[in-house]
Amino acid sequence: MPPTSAPDNGTVTTIRRAVAGGDRSAVDICQAYLDRIAAADGQLNAMTTVLGDDALARADEIDRHREEWRDRPLLGVPLTVKDVICTRGLPTTAASRILNGFRPPYHATVVTRLLDAGAVVIGKTNCDEFAMGSSTEHSAYGPSRNPWAPDRTPGGSSGGAAVAVAARFAPASIASDTGGSIRQPAALCGVVGLKPTYGRVSRYGLLAFASSLDQIGPITLTVDDAATLLGVMAGRDPCDATSVDEPANIFLDPVRGEVRGVRVGVPRAVLDSGVDIEVEKSFKECLRVLTEHGAELVDVELPHASYAIPVYYLVAPAEASSNLARYDGVRYGFRAAVSDDLAPNVAAMYDRTRDEGFGTEVKRRIMLGTYALSAGYYDAYYVQAQRVRSLIRRDYDVAFSERGIDVIAMPTTPTPAFRLGEHTDDPLAMYLGDVFTVSANLTGLPAISLPGGLTTARLPVGFQLVGRPFDEATLFSLGDAFEHTVPWWWEHPPLGE
Amino acid sequence: MSKRLTKVEVEQIAALAHLELTTDETELFTRQLGAILEYAERLQEVDTDDMTSTWNPSDIQSPLRRDDVRASLPSEDALSNAPDATVRGPAFFRVPKVIG
Repeated sequence: MPPTSAPDNGTVTTIRRAVAGGDRSAVDICQAYLDRIAAADGQLNAMTTVLGDDALARADEIDRHREEWRDRPLLGVPLTVKDVICTRGLPTTAASRILNGFRPPYHATVVTRLLDAGAVVIGKTNCDEFAMGSSTEHSAYGPSRNPWAPDRTPGGSSGGAAVAVAARFAPASIASDTGGSIRQPAALCGVVGLKPTYGRVSRYGLLAFASSLDQIGPITLTVDDAATLLGVMAGRDPCDATSVDEPANIFLDPVRGEVRGVRVGVPRAVLDSGVDIEVEKSFKECLRVLTEHGAELVDVELPHASYAIPVYYLVAPAEASSNLARYDGVRYGFRAAVSDDLAPNVAAMYDRTRDEGFGTEVKRRIMLGTYALSAGYYDAYYVQAQRVRSLIRRDYDVAFSERGIDVIAMPTTPTPAFRLGEHTDDPLAMYLGDVFTVSANLTGLPAISLPGGLTTARLPVGFQLVGRPFDEATLFSLGDAFEHTVPWWWEHPPLGE
Repeated sequence: MSKRLTKVEVEQIAALAHLELTTDETELFTRQLGAILEYAERLQEVDTDDMTSTWNPSDIQSPLRRDDVRASLPSEDALSNAPDATVRGPAFFRVPKVIG
């Protein structure tokens, strides 16, 4: 349990209980979080839209229906939603100029499910443009800042979502993860981030970046809250043909931490490549905690792990170049002016709209993806990458089935949060920081990042567990036991009190 | 097949991608994309002769649904975000001249 002296450590579970039991009104709770945003977001820039009156009206609706709705699993719980997820009638910008003014005519399926469960959406969070980046510096609305050290990145792409939870703007955020975009910022901000198994959660209404890699998931303060939110969001959706009908109701029940007998795979060779010494120290300590509880550590080989970054940075841009073709100034958002003397035609309008509407990183990836898919390079780059992707997945299958491994443990990131501006001139250096996260997306496997302690400079480090397909339950079980053991779990950044 | 990208190639890719790049952007991308592709060359050393491609990590076959007629987004809503559209009378998006 959180120490009582800690400022506002409300969780999804405790807030829901307080509202359902009539101890606190949803309006009161909503106002408290809105006040915190008003006080601190000027510095942190986590939010692209704050829904003041709308959120309070919704909270009031919940208070008026409290008796009738008391069994709803998110009754009165304030949430933020990453600005790549459609919210009907509310701005959904993807942190891009090209979607300036866009208000979707429908909700993403996850938003509908969260609202049906009694949640209050209090705002949209900042991110790298179209979720492309690892620092939130590629946002058209400026970078978010890490509450632990405001001169540093909170990570990305879901930087705003992780800041919102770490700075207590909301007890939980909903975000998306294509190559680590939930787990990496969660790690760098000292909170929990879950990327569910591919197909677990509907992608309908998520602005598509790379459709075979994208997955929506929660960022929370506790493992139990991540499980609850997954339970609400998961399940087959007729609007997403890749969503699957796997039972998820179990996640709504309280998680029971259990470690004894769990076989934890440790890919030691993977760790030899340029991991910060403090990250390595934290990783070893986290493993020690698991063994103390009866977990068995097993060395595993992931022979193709070193190819994950090049595979990812061909496959993801290729899919992105196709998905982002729809932003052409015709159907939504921004259209560039093409003056009459240039003999305006539709092609010139497309080209200029896209050049002025997209930021540099998005253009870089569209270019890279277009190249990888172009005639003459398709087989050498794209097809070869997809084949190596199969080898990466096979490495994990072998570890899980032949070696009887239950989860594979890795650091979430090779370093703690880096300084804003440190990698902006060197995209490849930025990409290499995703070395521990992209494999879960390439393979579709579920992965969770847990707070793994603080460096001597008080920067958070993440501890990542990767599970078997659709076995988020084991990640939660281990994570919950871990949460209730480690002394640093409720450490928090300065909250401006 | 290790080779640096040329500026002309970058311009050709930009045309395929419908991006009107500035001169600075063309130069920047020539340098940066070349470095990224050079890094990606290491994939060529992997023997993948026996491997099939993973286009999608899901093992599930695409389910089919009945082809029933259902309500779709009203055209007014579909047009509500267009930079230029006509809603009264026949509803349509308006764009600059397509031919010529």
